[in-house]
Amino acid sequence: MAHVDLLIRNVSWQGRDCDLLVGDGKVVELVDAGAVQASGARVVDGGGLMLLPSLIDAHVHLREPGQEYKEDIASGLSAAAGGGFGQVMAMANTSPVNDNASVTRLMLQKAALAFPKGPWVRPVGALTVGLAGKELAPAGELARAGCVALSNDGVPVENTELFRRAMEYAADFGLKVIDHCEDPWLGRGGVMNEGEISGRLGLKGVPSVSEAMQVARDILLASYLNLPIHLAHISCRESVELIARAKERGVPVTAETCPHYLLWDETRVGNYDTSVRVNPPLRTRDDVLALRQAVRTGVIDILVTDHAPHAAHEKEVTFADAPNGISGLDTALSLTYELVRSGELDFADVARLWCWRTADIFGLPANRMQPGDPADFVLFDPDLAWVASAEALLSKGKNTPCLDKEVPGRVMAHYLGGEEVFSR
Amino acid sequence: MNWRHKDLLEISQLSPSEIGHVFETAARFAEVNQRPIKKVPILKGKSVVLFFAEASTRTKTSFDMAGKRLSADTFSLAKSGSSLQKGESLKDTALTLQAMNPDAIVIRHWDSGAARFLAERLECSIINAGDGWHAHPTQALLDGFTLSRVWDSFEGKTVCILGDVAHSRVARSDVELLTMLGARVRVCAPRTLLPAAVSTWPVEVFSDVGRACAGVDAVICLRLQLERQQAGLLPDLREYAGTYGLAPRHLEKANPGVKIMHPGPMNRGLEIASELADCGSSLILDQVAAGVAVRMTLLHLYLTRSRVSA
Repeated sequence: MAHVDLLIRNVSWQGRDCDLLVGDGKVVELVDAGAVQASGARVVDGGGLMLLPSLIDAHVHLREPGQEYKEDIASGLSAAAGGGFGQVMAMANTSPVNDNASVTRLMLQKAALAFPKGPWVRPVGALTVGLAGKELAPAGELARAGCVALSNDGVPVENTELFRRAMEYAADFGLKVIDHCEDPWLGRGGVMNEGEISGRLGLKGVPSVSEAMQVARDILLASYLNLPIHLAHISCRESVELIARAKERGVPVTAETCPHYLLWDETRVGNYDTSVRVNPPLRTRDDVLALRQAVRTGVIDILVTDHAPHAAHEKEVTFADAPNGISGLDTALSLTYELVRSGELDFADVARLWCWRTADIFGLPANRMQPGDPADFVLFDPDLAWVASAEALLSKGKNTPCLDKEVPGRVMAHYLGGEEVFSR
Repeated sequence: MNWRHKDLLEISQLSPSEIGHVFETAARFAEVNQRPIKKVPILKGKSVVLFFAEASTRTKTSFDMAGKRLSADTFSLAKSGSSLQKGESLKDTALTLQAMNPDAIVIRHWDSGAARFLAERLECSIINAGDGWHAHPTQALLDGFTLSRVWDSFEGKTVCILGDVAHSRVARSDVELLTMLGARVRVCAPRTLLPAAVSTWPVEVFSDVGRACAGVDAVICLRLQLERQQAGLLPDLREYAGTYGLAPRHLEKANPGVKIMHPGPMNRGLEIASELADCGSSLILDQVAAGVAVRMTLLHLYLTRSRVSA
């Protein structure tokens, strides 16, 4: 047996009582509890906690550089560490925009300074210069500096010719294009899902077809060019149906959604609750059910948080004035666990949706609990409920509908490369 | 009646009996408004802030007059020259007003939910004088009061709301109030000016004005905001006037004694033919008079609620 320097005893892996053997920062073996004595290794009692691979979040906004009052890389990574995320893909809508190597390097340096042992920032470069949708960003330079994908997230490229060229150009550097699907005109200026609730509240709505139309565009392009596309934060049934059909035909399309689209529908807007103002907006119950089915079957490949921290005062305005976004890193695993508890998902789904499939799509390292995998893992207590108070949230962004509410399940320890980066 | 509400944000907060109480009280204030000396001392020492972030003439004047006739002190805060225009947040404006300890704030704001935003944060009464496209409960109450003066009952009556329902807070509040009182409500507009999911509303939906007005007892015309045409919701104003503007021919099959209403300000010749605005069945100026009496009632009820409940 390979060298073992860390033995995590007594953890539960997909219903089995196990011990995890770690050596030189890598998984040596996952064995039945008590099966192996590892002399000389440091022993940690897992106390029967649930073992999960450290998660990957393919869609976060860390706000640095430029909007450090909302979040900075250190606070975002601290929320990631405490939320169970070992790698986070940081979107490019910073100020300045991450459309050149100096911004990418700055982000990586700040991350290494704050958390030298991880969690790791995986920057997503801008698809176009300044996210302006006019000129291609230097994909080669961004790739060499450490970007793992490209996206115009938040500011979808209206010019389909340019978007096609961006997909082609990015492909040469192995960078996946992540597209935020939103028709530039249909429902422009809308602040919530268009439907009964928007009509009653007197708020401008965005119809779900605004998303689905761009999903259709992207699928057609991906099919025509035979190039991959990853669709960000899918929110509605129409998009799910388009993606399902495309996958049946072998189009290289992948897709993500967020816990908030799986848990909540438009009725959560209630009386203008700005904490659920998010883009795309929360849709109907029917969309929620379609999305749940899609993540179970793999039509939607992965979960992401779309972690979008804002300062409290920015959300304490009228609904129309509030910025879009939910702060997600602290609570994502708890919200996912709600779906496990209600039988919508199981823990194998959690590992697939929050880690393994994400690593496949973006070419990132992941712990599949196989010998030689990075010893990146989380010890999770499913029985510990906690109150998501402002103090308990490690992100600077307290803008979550869970604020001051009890949520189930807590990350108790987080290891990356066999080293503890977080414990509570 | 023991008035249990701190704020008036939307009609659905009220019960039919509370609305009935508003109408009965307003009838008494309407009588006061006919006297040579119209001022009564019942709100002496009370202060009311009129916070009109969005332009308004009639509603603001109506509240101002209502407050003054009850001997309350009224203070106006308009958007122009106010701190809102200097970038102060609505929350800070609200807290600043609160610190001056008024008894009520009457708010008109362009954002749906603005009145509730204040109500959730301030201890004084908040009266919604129109928030975005959402609600204009005092307008609905004065519309209902106006009709209650000419009708014995709302049961069996049919009211058509004609025009830009999608962007109308008046329409939303009128639908709530009229259906609550037992009237049947129709809405009529081009589809581009109907709210999303209007099929879930307790109304019949029409696109033909003549058919919409057949068998109705009242028509409420809504003001067409001229920017709807720029937003691509209408071809042009001539087309709108010719197709959706209320004209005498549309009323040929209406019930005898059909009433014509408009919350104002009117675009004569656009959403309503000028001769209808001025005809004998028009209640448009009665609505204005009712507005003062209803707002006197509301200020009275909301500003004396603690004494009533004590």
